[in-house]
This record gives sequence, C-alpha cells and structure tokens, in this order.
Amino acid sequence: MDIASYITIIISTVFINNFILSRFLGLCSFIGVSKNTGPSVSMGLAVTFVTTMASIITWLIYNYVLLPYNLEYLRTLSFILVIASFVQFTEIVIQKKFPALYRAFGIYLPLITVNCAVFGVAILNTDVFFLHGHAEPGSFLKALVQGFGAGAGYTLAMLIMSGIRERLEYADVPHSMKDVPITFVIASLMSMAFLGFSGFKI
Amino acid sequence: MIMRILTPVLAMAFLGLIFGVGLAYTLKIFGIKLDPKVFRILSMLPGSNCGACGRPGCAGFADALARGEAIPSGCVVSTEDARTAISELLGLSSEEKARTVATLLCSGGVRAKDKYKYEGIATCKAATLIFGGQKVCSFGCLGFGDCIGGCPFNAIKMGSCGLPVVDIKKCTACGHCVKACPKNLYSMLPRSVGYYVKCSSKDPGAVTVKACKAGCIACFRCEKACPNNAVKVESNLSYIDPGKCKNAGKCFEVCPTKVISRR
Repeated sequence: MDIASYITIIISTVFINNFILSRFLGLCSFIGVSKNTGPSVSMGLAVTFVTTMASIITWLIYNYVLLPYNLEYLRTLSFILVIASFVQFTEIVIQKKFPALYRAFGIYLPLITVNCAVFGVAILNTDVFFLHGHAEPGSFLKALVQGFGAGAGYTLAMLIMSGIRERLEYADVPHSMKDVPITFVIASLMSMAFLGFSGFKI
Repeated sequence: MIMRILTPVLAMAFLGLIFGVGLAYTLKIFGIKLDPKVFRILSMLPGSNCGACGRPGCAGFADALARGEAIPSGCVVSTEDARTAISELLGLSSEEKARTVATLLCSGGVRAKDKYKYEGIATCKAATLIFGGQKVCSFGCLGFGDCIGGCPFNAIKMGSCGLPVVDIKKCTACGHCVKACPKNLYSMLPRSVGYYVKCSSKDPGAVTVKACKAGCIACFRCEKACPNNAVKVESNLSYIDPGKCKNAGKCFEVCPTKVISRR
C-alpha cells in the first residue's frame, strides 16, 4: 500500500466524484448554510469530522460485528446509529466550546444526521472495500482516507458556493430568482464545471 | 432458528448500548446546563411561530427574553395574562409598551373621486402600477382589499363605503397589513388613544378638496382647538401625537371634513 493510492482516493473523492457536485448528495445543507463563508467552512469541517469518524466506526462495525454474524442486511440501521451518535457528540461539543457557531448552524447541525453525504460515504466504503465478502487488505486506512476526502470535497464545494453567494449579494438578480433559485442555477453550473474532472484516469 | 432472531437483536442492542453510554459520558464532560427559564417562557408563549417578533420562532424569542434582549410585549400575539406571567418570571416591572392596533389612515373610499375606470386585476398592488391607482388622490385607499388577504387573523373586512375596516377585537398588531398595503396606509396606533387623523394625503388643501370629500385640508382648526398641544399640522396633514393626546375630543368636534375619527 503505497502513498500514491491514498492520494488517488483523495483526488478522486474531492474532484472527480465530489459528493455534492458529482454524486448530488448532501444538497440540503449545501443550499442552507452556504450564505456566508465563515459558517459554511465550519459546517464543512463538522461534516468532515463526522464523515471521517463514521468511516472508521462503520468499517469496524461492518468487519467485526456484521460480517462474522451474517448481519449485512443490518448495515443501514447500524450505520444510521453510528452517524446519529457522532452528530450528537459533535453537537454537544460545539454547543459547549463554540456557542456562536452553534447558533450559526441552527437546525443544520442536527441535520448532518440525515445528511446523505455522510451515510453515502459509509455505504460506499462497504460497497467498494468488501467486494468479496471480506475486507480487502489495507482497506481500513483507505476507508478512513475516503471518508476524509468526502468531507474535504464537501468543504470545497461549500467554500466555492459561499464565496459566490457572498458576491451575489451585490448583483442585480431578478426578484423572483433571488436567494435559493439562483443558488440552484449556480450549483448546476458548478456541477458542470466539475464534470470536466470526470475524464481523468488516475 | 431462534439464533437467527437473537443474534441481530443482541448485536444491535450491544451497539446501541455502546453509543448510548458514550453519549452519556460525553454529556457529562461537555454538557452545558441550559437555562430552565427558557423552557418555562416557551411554554407560556403562543407557540404559533408566526415570526412577528422578528426572531426565529417562539423558541428564539424565549431565548432572547431570557437573555434580556427582548421584552414580553415584543410578542404581539400572546395574551395580556401570558405577558404578565412572563414579566413576573423575568422579574420585570409590568410597565409595558401600550398595546397597539392596526389603523387604516384613509377615509376616502366611495367619497374619493376616480380619475379613470380600472378594469384590471383586482388587487391594490396591480392597480398601483397604473398611474398610482384609479383614485385622483395619490395617497388614498384603492379598496381592492390586499390587506384583507394579508391579515392572518381575519381581522379586516371590507366595509360598506369601499374601505376596509379593522376589527379591534381580532387585531393582534402583527403588522402583516402594513406590509400588504402598497399605499402604506396602515399605522400601528395605541389602543388607549381615542382620536386619530384618518387621512394620509399630503396634497395642499385645495387639491385635496377636489380629489376627495373626506380628506384633511390642513385648515389648522384642530391644532388650535387642542388643549394639550397634541395636534400638529405638518406638510398639509394633521397629526395627533399619541403620547400627548389625552382624549379631549376637541379636534373631533371642530374638524370640518370629519376626517378625525373616534375609536
């Protein structure tokens, strides 16, 4: 397991298969929290933490609990349990350490629980790294890197979108297109731009 | 057979237990004590989350109340009893902002002349787009009732003389009609003040007389008659200061066009 394969995974999850712009997962908070750069980057970091931790724990649970007892069909249930617990954990810590951030997140922090990007990366990990009914060698670290890459891709998309939306405040957008509608237009344009990465073979 | 049922149950229970204990431990280390006052205030608020207070729902308003950033009368929907109870809980004195009521400041209606016959979409907003509406008076009520549709409490009804009438019992002063009226004819006036000038025309008296039989012509009689110096005529329109008015009623008696109204 050389370092190159990890870099490949990172580049692949951040650019080529960006969770928001290529897989269209986690759009709820992508539209909801991307108004200002500050909160959106913090949101990205929170999601990155949850995806990374969720990847680790779901890999462990899948490998040591679900697979040995032939309980693969319970993966959705147990993964949701893991994700919900970690979001709760993150919420408690943020509420204690960063109250201002907690207020900026509002409803979107508990909503990371049902953010499909987090669940998506956990499911994707089991699909990719447990192809033949057992863990591929070195797949634990790969799952970790993939989880981190998914979060990083989410943060990147949030950063770009919030930057655009901040400048959009000064633009003369037609009244009916203001705020969310124009955001969807921008999201689709960004998605098309990220489509340019899709030809890369690494 | 029984193992096929028992294994998943046990496995899930085991996972749930681990995460439950983990979260409980986290709460013990990082948990913060939430202000119990917030929950008690929240239970006294109407809970309709109307947003009239300008906060994100009743929970946001309760939070602001507990931190002293808002006053109980900021919630216009809650009853007097609820506000008193919240004030007592917060240790505030019961000296509060007077309750207000939405008031239409136009008495034109059928008495105001039309400058053309409008046959378009029957809303005030649409009519305003064509030369500011069909009335000769550019300030007056157009009478299509945008405020009636805008009122979430059904407190506004169309009256007999082409003017909307606010039901003072139903009005909660939420301010939706103020936003709905394209002519900005609604004003929040204290309920305790009995007299107000029911006109918004800033045209000179001669122009107003030609446009409407029920307009303020800025004759200054009310200003001279008021014993409390509460009435002032500014830019061709009389204004009664609610802070100074002591309900003497002299202005109401002397007004030649009966544009000063009594509640």
